[in-house]
Amino acid sequence: MSNESLINEQRLDRLQRAAFGYFLQAVNPANGLIADNSRGNSPASIAVVGFALSAYPVAVERGWMARSDAVEHSLSVLRFFRDSDQSGSPEATGFKGFYYHFLDMHTGARVWRSELSTIDSALLIAGALTASMYFTANTPEETELRELVETLYLRVDWRWSQGEAATIRQGWKPECGFLHYGWDGYNESIILYVLAMGSPTHPLKDDSYEAWTATYQWENLYGYDYLYAGPLFMHQFSHAWIDFRGIRDRFMREKRCDYFENSRRAIEVQREYAQRNPHRFAGFDENCWGLTACDGPSNLLPELADEPRRLFGYAARGVPYGPDDGTLSGWAALASLPFAPETALCAAGNMLQRYPEMLTAQQYTSSFNPTLATANSSAWVSDGHFGLDQGIVVMMVENYRTQLIWRLMRDCPYIHVGLRRAGFRGGWL
Amino acid sequence: MQQRNAFYSTAPPDAHDRERLDNVHPAGWRNPQPAGRYSLVVIGAGTAGLVAAHAAAALGAKVALIERDLLGGDCLNVGCVPSKAIIRTARLYAEMRNAEQYGAQIPGDIRVDFAAVMERMRGIRARISRSDSVHRLIAAGVDVFFGQAYFTGTDTLTVDGTKLRFKKALIATGARPNTTCIPGLVKTDYLTNENIFDLTELPRRLLVIGGGPLGCELAQAFCRFGAQTIIAQEKPLFLPKEERDAAQLLSDAFARDGIEVRLNTRAVNIRVEGGQKRVDLVSDDYSTTVAVDAILVGTGRIPNVDGLNLEAAGVDFDTITGIRVDDFLCSSNRRIYAAGDACLEHKFTHTADASARIVVQNALFLGRKRLSALTIPWCTYTDPAIAHVGLYVRQARERDIPVKTFTIPMHDVDRAIADDEEVGFVKIHVKEGTDQILGATIVARHAGDMINEITLAMVAGIGLRTLAHVIHAYPTQAEAIKKAADAYNRTRLTPRIQWLLRCWLTW
Repeated sequence: MSNESLINEQRLDRLQRAAFGYFLQAVNPANGLIADNSRGNSPASIAVVGFALSAYPVAVERGWMARSDAVEHSLSVLRFFRDSDQSGSPEATGFKGFYYHFLDMHTGARVWRSELSTIDSALLIAGALTASMYFTANTPEETELRELVETLYLRVDWRWSQGEAATIRQGWKPECGFLHYGWDGYNESIILYVLAMGSPTHPLKDDSYEAWTATYQWENLYGYDYLYAGPLFMHQFSHAWIDFRGIRDRFMREKRCDYFENSRRAIEVQREYAQRNPHRFAGFDENCWGLTACDGPSNLLPELADEPRRLFGYAARGVPYGPDDGTLSGWAALASLPFAPETALCAAGNMLQRYPEMLTAQQYTSSFNPTLATANSSAWVSDGHFGLDQGIVVMMVENYRTQLIWRLMRDCPYIHVGLRRAGFRGGWL
Repeated sequence: MQQRNAFYSTAPPDAHDRERLDNVHPAGWRNPQPAGRYSLVVIGAGTAGLVAAHAAAALGAKVALIERDLLGGDCLNVGCVPSKAIIRTARLYAEMRNAEQYGAQIPGDIRVDFAAVMERMRGIRARISRSDSVHRLIAAGVDVFFGQAYFTGTDTLTVDGTKLRFKKALIATGARPNTTCIPGLVKTDYLTNENIFDLTELPRRLLVIGGGPLGCELAQAFCRFGAQTIIAQEKPLFLPKEERDAAQLLSDAFARDGIEVRLNTRAVNIRVEGGQKRVDLVSDDYSTTVAVDAILVGTGRIPNVDGLNLEAAGVDFDTITGIRVDDFLCSSNRRIYAAGDACLEHKFTHTADASARIVVQNALFLGRKRLSALTIPWCTYTDPAIAHVGLYVRQARERDIPVKTFTIPMHDVDRAIADDEEVGFVKIHVKEGTDQILGATIVARHAGDMINEITLAMVAGIGLRTLAHVIHAYPTQAEAIKKAADAYNRTRLTPRIQWLLRCWLTW
C-alpha cells in the first residue's frame, strides 16, 4: 500500500467534522428531529436521530459544540419522543415504544406510510443511551436527559416485536400488522437484539437470539472464512456502539472468531471482489471499494433514462451477489477504520484522490459511480448527503481515534445484560 | 378445478400429437382379460408407475398397470418434457437479443413464432413418448388397463368394471395443481401446467401466480417469448425452500429479463371485465389491480387420492399430504405401497423413479430399502438454474451440526467467464472440521448437470478432500466444484503446518 494515499490526521479531522456538520444543518431546532438526507422536503429519520445523539458527545469532546448546546439538542429530541403520539394510528409517531421509520420534520407524524421499524428504533435508542452515558453531570438538564432516555428505553415492548415468531420482525404497519419480509441471516441487527435482550421491562424470550443466529451462514469466500452479509454497512452499524473485540457469543466461540475480526474479513472480501470486478465497472480495485446501502443512479433519472444497464437507485449493494451497478460509497471505506486502519485509510485516501467529486461541501455524498462518467470525465455523484452515512463516519472515526463511543457503551448496564443474555462472554465483558 | 383430459385437449391434433396419443393412450384401446392374481398391480402410469411396472415385469412378476388418462403422466405430457423443450427455445431468444454481449450481431428481425415453438415442443414430446408407450409395456409383458381404479377390498380393485386381484399393489397416482385458494379463480379460464402446453397463441399479458419451480420457469420462458409477464409470489423470495442468495439472484435475473416481480404479494380476487382478467394483488398495505389476458397458477400441487375408494382397502391418506407411508413406502395396508407424488414431499420425476424402485424391492422381494436413505438432488430450470442436494445450512444448524460453506462465485470460473455465464455460485456445505459433504446449492446456467457430481460424492461417501484430487477437464464450469475442494484443502494449512512446510523447504 502506498503511504502517499494515506489520510493524515488533519484531513481525518476535517472529514469527521464535516460529517458532524450534517446534524447541525439538518436539525429542526424546535423538536430536535434530523432530516434523513439533505434534499429538500426530506422527512426525519429516527435512525439518523440515533446517530446524532451519539455524535453530539463526540462534538463536545472535540470542541465543535458547546456541552450546553449538545444537551439542549438532545433534550429537545428526547422530549419530543417522550411526548409523541404512541397510539399506533396511521398518523401517529410510534407504538409500543417503537417509532415509524420516517417522520414529518415539523409535526413528527408518520410520513410515506412508513413502517414501525424495529432496527431503526433500536439505532435511535442506542443513540439515546449513548447520550445518557456521556451526559452524566449532576445538573437539572443532564439529569432530565438521563431520565428521558430511561423512559424511552424501558417503554419499548421488544417482546411484542416478535409477533408469534422466534425472532424479531422487521416492521409493523397499522394497515396490515407485521411485515412479512424475511429477515434471516447476519446483518446489522446485533445492536437490536442486545438492546432487546437487555430490557428489564419487556425483554425478548431467552431463545430469540439463538433463533436468529441459527440463520447465519459461515462461508469460505475468496479464501476468507467469515460470517456472510453482502452490504458493508451490515458489518459496521452495530459496531459503532459496541466494541466487539474479544467478546464472543456461542456462534463466534465455535468459529474461533469474533464479530470485530469478522468485519475485518468482510473488508478483505470487499477488496477481493473489487479486484475481480466481475461486471468490469470503472474504478474498482483493491483500493476502491465500498458496496453498501446507499443512494445511487437510477434509470428513472432523466439524464440516465437511456442507460442500457440496470441501475438500482437507493439499494443495499453487496458482495459478491450484488446488486452491483458500479456504485461505491467512499464513506463506507472510512467507516471501516477501526477494523483495518491501514487498509481503510489507504482506500479512503485513494478514492478521494481519484474521485474528489464524491465530496461536496467537504461532506461525503452518498455514493459515486465512475462508470457513469459525465462529459467532463468526473464520476456520477449522488446529489444527496444522507444522515446515516455522516453518522457512521463520525462514530467510527471517533472509535478509531479515541474509542469514545465504545468506552461509553461498555459501561452501559443494559448493554452488559443484553450481551450476556445473548451468550456473549470474554474480553471486556 | 379444471381437469385435463386427453380427449378434451385443445392442443392441435397434428401428427406429433397423434403419435403421442397413439403411444400413451391409443384410440379404441380395449383392456385385456385380467390374469387370476397379479403379483403387482400398479395404479397410475406416470414416472413411478412406469418404472415399477417395467422393473417388476423384467424380474418376472405378473404386472397390471392401470391409467385413467395418459401413460407417462405429468412429466411426459404436461411437465418436465414440454417445459424443458420450450425453455430451450426461450433461452435461444434471450441469447439472440443479447448477441452483442458475445461479440455477435443481433439478428435484424427477432420475431417469436409461438406456434412454431409449441410445434417443436410437441415433436419432442411425441418422440420421448415412445419410451413410455403402451407398445413397450405390452412387449415387456405388462397388462395395461385404461380406466379409473377403484378398490373393492384389501386385495382387490376394479377398473372399467373388471375385477383385478393382487398380492401387492402400488398407488402411483401422482398429483395435480392446487388451485383452490384464490377467490374468483374457478369462475374464469386459467392456465396450469395441465393446459398451458396446449396454447397456440402467446398471451399478450400474463400473470403468473406462485413463485415455485413451475411458476418461475414458465414466467421466464413466456417473458422471453414476448409476453408482458408479472409474477406474484406470496413469500418474500422465490423458491422459498432454497437459499436466500439463490432466490435473490433469481429475482435479479427476472428483473433483467423484464419480468415484473411482485414479491410478498397475494392475489386476493380475480374477475373478468370487458374480456380481460382483472386481478387484485395485495402486498402488506399496498393494493393494486392488474389487467391481463391469461393467468397461470403455480401455487403448489396436491396428491391424487380421490376416487380410489382407499377406505375399502384400509389405506390411510390425507388430502394434502397424500397416501400415508412408512420409510419403506408401505401404507397402512401391508399389501399396498405408494410412490411418487401421491405420497412424497419432494414431487420430482427422479424421486418418483427412485421411490418406485424401492417399492419393487420392498413389495416383491422382502427388501428393506428406506426412503430416508435416498440422496435426492433437484433443480429449477430457470436461467440461471438453481440446483440443490442434501442439507441446507439452516437444516444442519437446526440439527446442531456445525457447518461451514465453501463458496465459489461463478465469476471465478474461467469457463463461466468465457461463456459470459458468470451469474451464480457453487456452495458446498461440509461438517465443520471434516470434509464430509452435507449438501450443496449451485446457481449456474448448467446447475442441473453440475449438481450430479456432488450427489455422486455424497452417495459414495466421497469428501471434499478427495474431490480435490479429481482432475476436471479444463475449461468446464464444473471446475467450480474442484475449486471449492481446493479451498477446503487450503483451510487445512494451519499456521503450524505452514511453519513446518517452510522449515522443510528451507532445510
